[in-house]
Amino acid sequence: MDTTALPERLAETRDDFLALEVKDRLQLLLEFSNELPELPERYADHPELLERVEECQSPVYLFVEVEDGRVHLHATAPRESPTTRGFASILVQGLDGLTAQEVLDVPADYPQSLGLGQAVSPLRVRGMTGMLGRIKRQVAERRA
Amino acid sequence: MSVAFDPAEKFAEYAHPERLVSTDWLAERLGEPGLVVVESDEDVLLYETGHIPGAVKIDWHTELNDPVVRDYVDGEQFAALLGSKGIARETTVVIYGDKNNWWAAYALWVFTLFGHEDVRLLDGGRDLWIAEGRELTTAPAEVTPVEYPVVERDDTVVRAFKEDVLAHLGKPLIDVRSPEEYSGERTTAPAYPEEGALRAGHIPTAASVPWARAAASDGTFRSRSELDAIYRDEVGLADGDEVVAYCRIGERSSHTWFVLTHLLGFERVRNYDGSWTEWGSAVRVPIVTGEARGELPAR
Repeated sequence: MDTTALPERLAETRDDFLALEVKDRLQLLLEFSNELPELPERYADHPELLERVEECQSPVYLFVEVEDGRVHLHATAPRESPTTRGFASILVQGLDGLTAQEVLDVPADYPQSLGLGQAVSPLRVRGMTGMLGRIKRQVAERRA
Repeated sequence: MSVAFDPAEKFAEYAHPERLVSTDWLAERLGEPGLVVVESDEDVLLYETGHIPGAVKIDWHTELNDPVVRDYVDGEQFAALLGSKGIARETTVVIYGDKNNWWAAYALWVFTLFGHEDVRLLDGGRDLWIAEGRELTTAPAEVTPVEYPVVERDDTVVRAFKEDVLAHLGKPLIDVRSPEEYSGERTTAPAYPEEGALRAGHIPTAASVPWARAAASDGTFRSRSELDAIYRDEVGLADGDEVVAYCRIGERSSHTWFVLTHLLGFERVRNYDGSWTEWGSAVRVPIVTGEARGELPAR
């Protein structure tokens, strides 16, 4: 993976995870989970605007806006699905405010670089990979 | 020394009432010597958001499965795991979890492979405990590690492999997946990730009984008479039947295995954990599509 291209916040997140023991990575993921921002009002009443991520075991919905070339990302997942919320939160915090091109350039295997395979299992990490893929597709559609 | 059984009237109707405890029973016994409470969820972080005081976590993915081979942990790994959770061979273990005890039943089934004798489910699981407003804590359980003996896993009694299922064809099979997976419209549960099966449908003659039919709306198990109506009257299971249950990776069918074995008293029930992710990709095994059970292939 070409690490020089990774946006600053995503690189920080990765380094934070990798600096921890495997079991402590779960706690950091839980912190991310708790930090997932609430949906803006305008989406809370319009769930049909959000796209469901089928690759995740738990329901997670995403919505991407591109305004003046900058990406704004919203996601929601139930409290009963903290792992999924954590994944969404990492991406929301890491991608929000970037340019469309910067988002499209994030390596598809970024979720695999966080050292979560052992902590939560590779199968579960796949849910985050699916989320990233859907975000990029939405960004590409909205930029066009 | 096992902890006294829950004498609840509802449980007395079941074949093995000693396999269930109620939330009332558990709330009164938290911290009792000889009892360890285990939470086992689909979501690996759910325990960390709040759990029953004193409960330890066992994760199906990272702790019960071998990390390399598609199999469960072996005797040494299981002994190390249980010992580290403060569970001894004679400990009474009560397991609970999310989603109608889906993963809790899976963990109980894995405990059974190692012959852990006193292992029970909390009727209603995590959701009922929370719905009743009972205490949760985020404080990690204080565990004193103990010695758990190395016991060889016994795969012959409650576990079926693909070859066993092929030999079993003609005897009762229960497919516990969603109707869409059974008929072959899709290979994964609605809203679940693709876990890789090349063909869709069901094993010929398998009856479709989605696993969650055994659960009431509050997550507790349905009563004995309701369960009899499903599995005996509707499906046609009879005393003495050998039964194999399967789903996609063997977790939902653990729930049905529990119902058939411990609640209804069928003595020869096996869970085919390879399930559809194996069968649906295996070469030249028979598959039927559509809503009908289908016919056995001529051999």
